[in-house]
Amino acid sequence: MPAESPTAIGYASAPGLRAVEFLPWALALAVYFAAPTYVPLGAYILIICLFALSLDLVVGYGGIVTLGHSAYFGLGAYVAGVLAVRLEGDPLIGLAVAALAAGLFGLATGAVVLRTSGLALLMLTLAIVSIVFEVANKWTEVTGGADGLNNVPVKPILGVFEFDFHGRTAYLYCLAVLAAGWWLVRTIVCSPFGVALTGARENDERMLAVGAPVYRRRLRAYTISAALAGVAGALLTQTTQFVGLSAVSFELSGEILVMLVLGGTGRLYGAFVGPLAYIVARDYLAKQTPEYWYMGIGVLLVLIVLFARGGILGVIDKWLQLYKQKSSARASAR
Amino acid sequence: MAAALQTEKLCKSFGALTVADQIDFRLEPGARHALIGPNGAGKTTFVNMLAGRLRPSSGAILLDGEDVTALAQDARVKRGLGRTFQINSLFGALSVLDNVALGIAERRGVAGRMWRRAGAYREVRDEAMEVLAGLELAADAAQRVRELPYGKQRLVEIAIALGLRPRVLLLDEPAAGVPSQESQRILELLRALPAEVAILIIEHDMGIVFSFAQRITVLVRGQVLCEGPPDAIAADARVHEVYLGDADA
Amino acid sequence: MEAFAASLLGIAFHGVAYGMILYAISVGLSVTMGLMGFINLAHGVFAMAGGYLMVTAMAKFGLPWLPALALASAAVGLGSMVLERALYARLYRAGELEQVLFTIGLIFIAVAVARLAYGPLPQAAPLPEYMKGHLEAGGRVFPVYRAVVIGSSAVLIAVLWLGLERTRWGAMVRAAVDNGPMAESVGIDTGRLFTLTFALGSALAAFGGALGADLIAITPTYPFEQLVYFLIVVSIGGLGTLRGPFLGALLIGIGDTACKYWVPQFGSFFIYAATMALLLWRPRGLLGRA
Repeated sequence: MPAESPTAIGYASAPGLRAVEFLPWALALAVYFAAPTYVPLGAYILIICLFALSLDLVVGYGGIVTLGHSAYFGLGAYVAGVLAVRLEGDPLIGLAVAALAAGLFGLATGAVVLRTSGLALLMLTLAIVSIVFEVANKWTEVTGGADGLNNVPVKPILGVFEFDFHGRTAYLYCLAVLAAGWWLVRTIVCSPFGVALTGARENDERMLAVGAPVYRRRLRAYTISAALAGVAGALLTQTTQFVGLSAVSFELSGEILVMLVLGGTGRLYGAFVGPLAYIVARDYLAKQTPEYWYMGIGVLLVLIVLFARGGILGVIDKWLQLYKQKSSARASAR
Repeated sequence: MAAALQTEKLCKSFGALTVADQIDFRLEPGARHALIGPNGAGKTTFVNMLAGRLRPSSGAILLDGEDVTALAQDARVKRGLGRTFQINSLFGALSVLDNVALGIAERRGVAGRMWRRAGAYREVRDEAMEVLAGLELAADAAQRVRELPYGKQRLVEIAIALGLRPRVLLLDEPAAGVPSQESQRILELLRALPAEVAILIIEHDMGIVFSFAQRITVLVRGQVLCEGPPDAIAADARVHEVYLGDADA
Repeated sequence: MEAFAASLLGIAFHGVAYGMILYAISVGLSVTMGLMGFINLAHGVFAMAGGYLMVTAMAKFGLPWLPALALASAAVGLGSMVLERALYARLYRAGELEQVLFTIGLIFIAVAVARLAYGPLPQAAPLPEYMKGHLEAGGRVFPVYRAVVIGSSAVLIAVLWLGLERTRWGAMVRAAVDNGPMAESVGIDTGRLFTLTFALGSALAAFGGALGADLIAITPTYPFEQLVYFLIVVSIGGLGTLRGPFLGALLIGIGDTACKYWVPQFGSFFIYAATMALLLWRPRGLLGRA
């Protein structure tokens, strides 16, 4: 899956944010103020965007195809839940502990997984998420098993901002965390490390031949990504006050990959566009007949792979290019 | 004086197939050395072992006197070894500038930095532009490398290795697949390389070999047939028989 | 001790039956992955289709057991050929992510179609009366059905292995798995070879799915739920061989049965952990090419 245009990241990049990069935040704030009924759904979308962002670091920029990323999301979710139930319900502490746990688990599993490639790698990621699922499923005393953990207590953020029933605090909370996560991933991706990661995605043999420690770099990216996914999971637990097996399922891993690809991998903002489009569409279309929804997604996936590999953003890019070509042709014809 | 690069009884077998048989080889500092031989002689395998991409079955490889046989590719690069590939091995989706900058950043030790924008590392970009300018590729710096014609891509292939400022440079058929006027450019480029760099080139183009090399090693079926200055090799009957295809003995 | 030996026998019997089904389903996946290097996560769809078609053939059209099984397998085999020519063939050169996404998309479509056509509940395994009983051997009782599974799978495997060793098709497959471009250059039409092999693999999967309907329930989410097991069998066995997945399937079949019987509180945990350990030791599988 191709990356964005060559000048947006890399050693010739210009500083600062482009104007269009303010759009997602403007949209998010607009929803908060102008569409209060959508705020709870919006918070969920923000969380999934963070999850997708973490996945983009590994898949889009790292070029590592994984079907097991919900292992880290789910681990973060359960850690935050168990921590709040048993010890301390402060949300920020919960986030920190979830990030630490998911990050460490990501480091341990990544060290192992990244030694392989292709089918073996895919298989290992599947095995890992299956193991985490089994543990969550069977360790009923801690995780609640198939029923999950209900009524997870959540204290006010910083002792001041209480979670209200309309989900407004939750929304702003998720938005703030997403912003922090976005800033982190954007910084990483635009840095020399990010360029090297992309280089390894494009051609890891050559990266080795220019002296790059590819395995260690990938492991670093994988660990950070796992920690971020864990934070997203913790957010879900804290804002819904529930954590269950769906957070750690293979289906979720597949779905998040689909959402990211729908938006466009390796483009940073595909992680915003994809989940937004997918979840909004699912909310409208899947209510009556979920089967037709899955069939539609399946068909869409096949079409994307055959005709539109860059996802939604890729299609937009192509249109913009065509438009530029046409207008410059018109300009030179004058 | 220690050789820039040296092998001692280097061997490689794939099961029953021996591709490298007790190869003793010396590359002197500042050398202009060519490795020739018929197809299947094991030249690329040899270079892959030198670079660390392939593990030898037995024998030793010494870089500047240091035994690097067990070292991985990237570690050898850090010790001053650079190489190009027979078939272009580039970072397709990245710009020409970034292709070259990657190696430079590694050499400068900034490639692992995560907290500043890559574009802020002016030194890396300037050095990359310098390398590109030397190959007359400066105008293409912002182009995505996979959109370039093959001949230019071949130059980028070499540019990447040059950015490493290697002390030993291994070039695997640098003129392969390149139209003849471009291969002239490559020959000029090779001639202009710094005198201190030890260069080993694998080539089939005898024009380039004989006008560039000061020493030639002939490899046949994984064994060194003979080695010496160009005129000695050109006159050697065995080489004619086995490789240059001369019916006259 | 008596009881232990008896349970051991029971586990072995069930485990082998389960393993045989896993093999019938997964062997096609292993060969086609070794042949074309294509990661086909949707392979379970063919097994599921075999199961559903057989149920329909017996329930709706009143066909007896054996013809229904044969018909379902053949139908899926033919259908898969169309799918392969139309869609799969375009993606053989595509990257890993594309292949994964494409096959996940196929799974979504298949799951939705299955749910719409048959509803969300598992299908009652269509067993003829004479298979519902028990056999007596050595003082132990064995379900006839499981014996039939083991027996017919064994026959199938023998035919398959002989076929690969003795026929021209088999020789071509072995050559193409070993070295695709070389095979092409000696005139083997790898495109057609692959279509045929793909069809055979899918038909076998359908056979396994239909035959094994009592062991692995036929539900709309079958391709998702069983995917991990098929992939485990293939990756620990090794790609592109017949014997590799056989070993893998038996190990998983017996291993999983044993775990579920003796340590049900851990579920499949040990299988996954063992798979991980094995893949780290041998990333190409037990019998895969190094």
